[in-house]
Amino acid sequence: MKIKWCFCLLIVVGWVSIAHAKLNIVATTPDLGAIAKEIGRDKVEVTSIAKPTEDPHFVDAKPSFIVKLNKADMLIDGGLQLESGWLSPLVQSARNKKILPGTPGCVVASTGILPLEIAATETTRAMGDIHPCGNPHYMLDPANGKIFAAQLCEQLCQIDKENSGYYKENVKNFTQRLDRKLAEWQKAVEPFRGTKVVTYHKTFSYFAQRFNLNVVGELEQKPGIPPSPTHINGLVPMMKNEGVKLIIVEEFRERKTPEFVASQTGAKIVILPIMAGGQKETEDYLSFFDYTIGKIVSALK
Amino acid sequence: MWRIICPLMACLFFLECFTSYGFNEPPSVAGQSAGDGYSELDGQLQGMKAALEDMRRDYERRFGEMQEKIATLENKGRLIAENTGQPMKPAEAVRGENKDAPGEKNTPVSVAGKSGEMESNSPEVEQNSGSPLEKRPNAPYSQSEDSRQTASAVPQAENPESGKWSPAQPLTLLSSGKSYMNISFDGLFAAAGSTGDFETLETGAHDPNQRGFTVQNLETTFDGAIDPYFNGQASIVFQIDKDGESLLEVEEAFLTSMSLPLNLQVKAGTFFTEFGRLNPQHPHAWSFADQPLVNGRFLGPDGLRGPGARLSWLAPTSNYTELFFAVQNSQGETAHSFRNEEALFGREAAETRVRSMDDMLYTQRIATSFDVTNEQTLLLGASAAFGPNSTGTDRDTLIYGLDMFWKWKSRYASGGFPFVTWQTEVMGRHFEAGEDIDAGLSEETMDNWGAYSQLCWGFNKRWVAGIRGDYVDGEKEAADPLGFERWRLSPNLTFYSSEFSKIRLQYNYDDVLGNNSSEHSVMLQCEFLLGSHGAHKF
Repeated sequence: MKIKWCFCLLIVVGWVSIAHAKLNIVATTPDLGAIAKEIGRDKVEVTSIAKPTEDPHFVDAKPSFIVKLNKADMLIDGGLQLESGWLSPLVQSARNKKILPGTPGCVVASTGILPLEIAATETTRAMGDIHPCGNPHYMLDPANGKIFAAQLCEQLCQIDKENSGYYKENVKNFTQRLDRKLAEWQKAVEPFRGTKVVTYHKTFSYFAQRFNLNVVGELEQKPGIPPSPTHINGLVPMMKNEGVKLIIVEEFRERKTPEFVASQTGAKIVILPIMAGGQKETEDYLSFFDYTIGKIVSALK
Repeated sequence: MWRIICPLMACLFFLECFTSYGFNEPPSVAGQSAGDGYSELDGQLQGMKAALEDMRRDYERRFGEMQEKIATLENKGRLIAENTGQPMKPAEAVRGENKDAPGEKNTPVSVAGKSGEMESNSPEVEQNSGSPLEKRPNAPYSQSEDSRQTASAVPQAENPESGKWSPAQPLTLLSSGKSYMNISFDGLFAAAGSTGDFETLETGAHDPNQRGFTVQNLETTFDGAIDPYFNGQASIVFQIDKDGESLLEVEEAFLTSMSLPLNLQVKAGTFFTEFGRLNPQHPHAWSFADQPLVNGRFLGPDGLRGPGARLSWLAPTSNYTELFFAVQNSQGETAHSFRNEEALFGREAAETRVRSMDDMLYTQRIATSFDVTNEQTLLLGASAAFGPNSTGTDRDTLIYGLDMFWKWKSRYASGGFPFVTWQTEVMGRHFEAGEDIDAGLSEETMDNWGAYSQLCWGFNKRWVAGIRGDYVDGEKEAADPLGFERWRLSPNLTFYSSEFSKIRLQYNYDDVLGNNSSEHSVMLQCEFLLGSHGAHKF
């Protein structure tokens, strides 16, 4: 009996010490989390709040994340107001000094990137769900992933100086792999340069810019407002005129509207995940692009 | 009259406080007589020139910051490129794109990004995060806010020469991202009809109160970080009562600590007591057009709230468990079952006052949550509120309750749909009623209970169907219908046109067992939300 207890204690102590040995990182979205895993590898434990398959604008602030944030050494916030609907009550309830804004443990991932679609004029809600500071789906451009990785590494080194060499090595390695892959991806989509596409929501602006796709319209007339029949009636002839070949739709969207538009215009529908981690083929940041680029290329062939 | 003056004064006060710069400027110009002609025009133009000058300086400063940042980024990029021995294409792309984009367009980002940037060399940011106490009171307004507000103040002065401005253009006084406070206004209205009398059917102060239209709740909420240590929130409620009289109510105003040691958190001010699940929620967050019977009867028409302080502790366990302990004043109409001016159970209110710490209202709560699966979450809670009541000296009330909330949300949720939620609360009240000789009532103890359970199904994007069952047992000495034993069934259907507006149709079947009557009510509720959208708790 005594031996059993000792054994239990040993496991608990061991578990606790292991748990403490790793840095706890909480990322708001799994794409940021995927990069944190690349940089931190076995020195960090990464949790992502949003599910990779769900609409990241609407995420439940589940109490279990309060506990995660309470124990976190670092919080990665996407920025550009993507998380504004659910992150602040979690951070407030977490009562964790390390992750408050203005500390090295709080990473605002959009800091270094150059956002697209910054509102040039005064915005109102009559325009739909506008992100006035820019489109928040910037991680769909691998180059932005690289910028974020460098920033993350810098802040990781600040909070964990001992392993800074390790993190720097990982960033170097990751960047190298990403550069190699990026060249591959760009080569794969090169034959389709300038292909006209329509997307459901303005999710793929960065993706299209990096891989030279030409987004000529969205199924949503205004961001966040479901497509209206009038808008679709106007969109169909436009798509026919422009010769749009592809309709890119996120996994979580309804399929009725895209299918209708596809049947009217002859364009193909490609359903893409928007974040790493949703399925086996997209486990990390690089394989995510392997998968999405593969899907686009096979649809256009 | 007093009731009208009050809100007006409050409005003026708030406007004065928050937009002092913007509102002080125009009167000095507009205050002069219209006949002053050229001198007035000249003054306006001078003012505008100064404002534009300010703006230009501000933009230049921000542009400079942006350039500095790009330079550091490029350096960083070069370093990485040197390390990897490969050309850094994206960094060049960044530089190239930036040249194309006008500097003005980029500045908001550079500032927004700065607040989160750690190595910032901007003195403004360091001042904000490092030494908030040394900051001069007008420091936050002296830079970017300053120029923005002046800029908006000038067009307000109806400058005919400004050209760019037209009366149709919105005036921006505070914009999100740069302001130090989020402001929102929420309007909740209902149109209702019933075979019965709403005054006796409904138990909540924000429920439909008459046949026809009801202004349920007009709520202005201010919130934001006070400093690195505290967050603040205030909700001021305007209401128009049945007689068309405007009312003003300070519903909540409190600060919350951000990072106390030992996993503790303090909340102080006046606030909704954390009792059960529904009580701390504001009416616009409810899934039904009215509040459950048991909440109105035990916790009061306005909900249980009052000035006080609350300490909560987050247990260092692997699942969420939080303990709450609150001390609040036990008197007033928002402490309905306690030292309320209108004592319950047919008794006159006795003169009671706070003699010792025992006469405060104490509330404890424990809440715990599990993620049953990746898509399902369960939140359980138990609460108890203890304090004196006004039926006599040394007469106490205890309210206790259990609550449960379960939610399923698809892993492919779009806009938060589809989902299913199930929420149930059961409450009991132990009430020691004192003697009232005039009414011929002797000392006795009342034990009552009530419960509600509601199921909501977000079956399609933007659409939610719900059903709620309600029960309260009869109060002894229930002379007035508000105390009868009764139950209610309420199906409803809600359409969320966006997350800022909704329309809800609800039917209530009321069975008042005390007088053997059943009533039918239909209500149509609509809500709109202006301004910042406060984040939702789970």
